[in-house]
Amino acid sequence: MQRLGNFKLPQFFNFPPFFTLQPVKETREKQVQLWKQLLLDYCRSQKIFVIGLEEDFPLFSNPVIERSLSHEAREVFLSALISEGHAEWMDKDRRKCLMLWLRLQEWADYILNFVKDNGLQDGVMTIEEMRSGTETHGTELAGIDRGLLLRVLRLLEQKGKATIFKGTSADDDGVKFSV
Amino acid sequence: MAANWLPPVSLTASGRPVFLPGEVERCLLPAVDLESENPGLAPFRSGLLVLTSHRLLWIDEQSAAGFAVPLAAVVHAYPPKKSIRSMFASPRIRLQVSVSPDGRIAEDGVRSEVITVVMRGKNDPDAFYCRLLEVLRSRQWEAAVVAEKRNTDSGIAEPPMAAAARVRMPVVGVSGILRKEQELWESTDKSLQEAFQDLNALMSKAKDMVQLAEKMRLKLLSSTSASGNADDEEMGSKQEMQDWLLSIGIVSPVTKESAGALYHQQLSRELADFVKLPLERAGGMIALVDVYCLFNRARGTALISPDDLLQACTLWEKFDVPVMLRKFDSGVMVIQSKARRDEEVFVRIASLAQKPDALRTGISPSDAALTLGIAPALAKEHLLTAESKGLLCRDVSPDGFRFFINLFTDIDPSDIYMNKNNGPAHVWSSALSLSG
Repeated sequence: MQRLGNFKLPQFFNFPPFFTLQPVKETREKQVQLWKQLLLDYCRSQKIFVIGLEEDFPLFSNPVIERSLSHEAREVFLSALISEGHAEWMDKDRRKCLMLWLRLQEWADYILNFVKDNGLQDGVMTIEEMRSGTETHGTELAGIDRGLLLRVLRLLEQKGKATIFKGTSADDDGVKFSV
Repeated sequence: MAANWLPPVSLTASGRPVFLPGEVERCLLPAVDLESENPGLAPFRSGLLVLTSHRLLWIDEQSAAGFAVPLAAVVHAYPPKKSIRSMFASPRIRLQVSVSPDGRIAEDGVRSEVITVVMRGKNDPDAFYCRLLEVLRSRQWEAAVVAEKRNTDSGIAEPPMAAAARVRMPVVGVSGILRKEQELWESTDKSLQEAFQDLNALMSKAKDMVQLAEKMRLKLLSSTSASGNADDEEMGSKQEMQDWLLSIGIVSPVTKESAGALYHQQLSRELADFVKLPLERAGGMIALVDVYCLFNRARGTALISPDDLLQACTLWEKFDVPVMLRKFDSGVMVIQSKARRDEEVFVRIASLAQKPDALRTGISPSDAALTLGIAPALAKEHLLTAESKGLLCRDVSPDGFRFFINLFTDIDPSDIYMNKNNGPAHVWSSALSLSG
């Protein structure tokens, strides 16, 4: 079985037509579904939050069968994820894409559950602690993109479930939960 | 329907008359009645009248029935009447024919009867009458009878020219035949040059042309058994020669001159008969451009324009013929036999695409062309159609454009590792693992 790091690639990754944007509607719908699933699974397992469309993203080419996705195909597959809230363009030129294997709201719910599970209902954590501290080790939060985390926390703040405060440096920025 | 007081004529599947050996079509008129002077015999109403070098044919296109008056039985043809009265009636041409004692129209009859040809359509009666006289005077039906007699007298059906060639050079195997054909061709070439001199001469030569072609073909066929030890190359060239000869075989091409207003309609029927053989060879589908070449080559001299061909094909929709014109999405036009269904082609494509090699590397249009026995351009159309039906999917790479069996529909996105799959995708992955 072919692997990318510790990620097990599915068999169809070696199916050459997988890398050609299919023109027939129904076939393309299935192809898009498979790509969406593969992109999300891979990014989640490798904690990849940002895909650069023009960079050498490992999934976008398969040296074994010498095939790679066209720029158009990359855009089509990512746009499909975006339409479901599972990704966002990070710039107008659509060169970078933020991957959301958990949608923003799902991230918010995940953090609330984490807070409850760890008895932090009225606790305080720094942003850095949340990303790389021992508490979040082994959870989805470990290694989360800083920009994404801040956006999720602001979402919680709007709902009155958290308060973000500035520290002396960016590293000291923190959050107080009030669930 | 009309009583059958005339002998019936056999028609082809598309409603064209089957011609006698050496018979050539000379003139066609639509909407013609045939009446007998005997009031007891019901007239034939509103059919297609075909004047050939041998017979006067009357064809009812609706019921696909036809009847014939052998020209040998025509004693006299009266010109259309010219009078003030006749200006307002349909033009009539009366034919005096001889009738045998048992009431059949025959050459050596004992009494005579008059048959009236009534032209209800917008035809030119004088032109028809001229053509009729011309044909009657040339008495081509007699030539056929004489030739037959001579052949039966000598016991062997052999043209004098070939007999002469046999004396000059020994005929050994295929090369001998080819040499002999070469000589025949040279004389044919001479005949052709003469034929081009004027149109009337051409019409009278047409029969000779066809006879020559027929004879050569028969000889080739008979020699197939004689030279059993011929190697592949010889067989190939013989096959080629046969193909040439077979493609000469339109005995009496429909021309604008003979068919007039009925040109496209009759051309359409002739074409339907003609394409049957090339279609079978080509595996049930043939590109329109190929048909154009083959058809014009078969017609030899009376060439048709691409537009005529297209019109003739379009008219098929109105007739009950076993072939159809088909236009692919790409604009490529082909002639297809109705018997050949797309489904059948798809089954063959599917089985081709699931062979172990094809699973690994896909199939190209030329692969499919080889398997299906059709031209690569058409094979590509078939593959594209199969793709649009979801049977295949494509792979475009620097190596080219290939098609694979469509596995996308077979893989469950929630089970991308295909743990519980036993469909085509599974077959594909095992073919892949076998190859390493």
